[in-house]
Amino acid sequence: MGGKLNKSSLIGWQFVLLPSALILLFSFYPMIQSFILSFESGKGNVSEFVGLGNYSRLLSDPMFRQALYNTILYLIVQVPIMLFLGLIIAHLLNQPNLKFKGFYRTAIFLPCVTSLVSYSILFKSMFAVDGIFNKLLMNMHIINEPIAWLMDPVWARVVIIAAITWRWTGYNMIFYLSAMQNIDPSVYEAASIDGASKFRQFFSITIPMVKPIILFTAIISTNGTLQLFDEVVNITNGGPGNSTMTISQYIYNLSFMYTPNFGYAATVSYAIVIIVAVLAFIQMKIGGEKK
Amino acid sequence: MRHIASIGKHLFLIIASIVSLFPFLWMIMGMTNTSSDIVKGRFSFGSNFGANISNLFEGSPIGDAFVNSLIIAVIGTVLTLLLCSAAGYGFEVYRSKNKDRLFGFLLLSMMMPFAAIMIPLFKMFSQWGLLNSAAAVILPTATTAFMIFFFLQNTKSFPRELLQAGRVDGLNEWKLFTHIYMPTMKPTYAAAAIITFMANWNNFLWPLIALQTPEKKTLPLIVSSLASSYNPDYGIIMVAIVISTLPTVLIFFLLQKQFVQGMLGSVK
Repeated sequence: MGGKLNKSSLIGWQFVLLPSALILLFSFYPMIQSFILSFESGKGNVSEFVGLGNYSRLLSDPMFRQALYNTILYLIVQVPIMLFLGLIIAHLLNQPNLKFKGFYRTAIFLPCVTSLVSYSILFKSMFAVDGIFNKLLMNMHIINEPIAWLMDPVWARVVIIAAITWRWTGYNMIFYLSAMQNIDPSVYEAASIDGASKFRQFFSITIPMVKPIILFTAIISTNGTLQLFDEVVNITNGGPGNSTMTISQYIYNLSFMYTPNFGYAATVSYAIVIIVAVLAFIQMKIGGEKK
Repeated sequence: MRHIASIGKHLFLIIASIVSLFPFLWMIMGMTNTSSDIVKGRFSFGSNFGANISNLFEGSPIGDAFVNSLIIAVIGTVLTLLLCSAAGYGFEVYRSKNKDRLFGFLLLSMMMPFAAIMIPLFKMFSQWGLLNSAAAVILPTATTAFMIFFFLQNTKSFPRELLQAGRVDGLNEWKLFTHIYMPTMKPTYAAAAIITFMANWNNFLWPLIALQTPEKKTLPLIVSSLASSYNPDYGIIMVAIVISTLPTVLIFFLLQKQFVQGMLGSVK
């Protein structure tokens, strides 16, 4: 028995060896290389060891501070809005006997099939100064003067947040909907008999029941937002004046747009690594407490 | 009172649907308008469709880009399915302590931000002389811990008796995988294929770094560079956007069930 088990275990290694090696080669090895690079500085491939020089530069780099601020702003404003919207829509779509359910679900999910580059450029065109969105707001007498959306630091961030919310709300909604469909309808019936309002039912039954999925979507959204790149590059290219630039874009610019400094770019990238690790730790703590 | 609540509910969902669908209508209308009409917010169909199409095909390597995108997405997807399903199968069917440890370790890669590995990857591929090739785009993304996890999760519901029956019939361990596991798990492969294809088709950051000459570029790169030119022609851009969006919209409508299953498959 023991011998047979060993043999089958050995055969099992044949299936996992190559894929594991590829992940080690294309993820873990670069991670280590990046760490080593973060102690070097120089132009292009010529670089020298500078110890913690890059890290002290990081602390006093106003551009890094701006990128970090923007990235965290997107995270704390956009993710909660999107997850809450997704929850409400899923809750409405989960009502029995709702008419046109299939249409609503498909329509709200459809943004998820667009490529990040394409929808970003669609948003850029809709938020032009003389564009359709200003025209709409002016016809509805919400504003009198057109807003220069992408030329204004605050409005440009609003457009980016609105765009990301448009693209991903339906995606999160599908996760919630599938979780809500697993809730036993009799729970709601019992609550109704006890006189709990629909509003109350949403907060006291629905949300606690789908909490693990909310945590899951919060983790993927956080991870995605910390790595935000495609949208910002294609809607504002970081402008006006770096006011929308994210950390990923800053790393890209340091490596491939400005005079390349791979060492310092690697240092900046380790800032994201640390943030991801800290947030993952916090989220796992929150998730772990329940169990 | 109930009636008002119901109207409110529908009103909310109708507004959400209009907001969701509006950019699609905008892009389809945009294909038929001139750039200046689009930027001025013209909301009706125009007569510039033919001109936009011929300008796009004359002025940019959009045909090449479509072929490049297709080659990268298809080969990438096939590789991902083979490698990740084999790994998921191996980790689950031939479970052992060391394999569990290795898998747990591999999962760490899901937390590595791409921005942190792209510079060493770039240097690696430039040393190997593989920059500016489809291989450079495909190789780093072909094996992901996420997809291995996806197959592993789905393998939990694979009926093991089938393997035993196959052994009795004299199949060796690799034949069990290719002749019994693969055909049985077709729905899982379909779901995985859809999400992988979409991710490959839409990938932007790594191809932007790895591909340098215009004739090698993929659709997202061409669309992005059209839009970031000094004087962008939005009529042309809208056609390019529709060309790059159409395949994924089609896949979604034709294979909606597998699509959603693929998305949800990892949280089962």
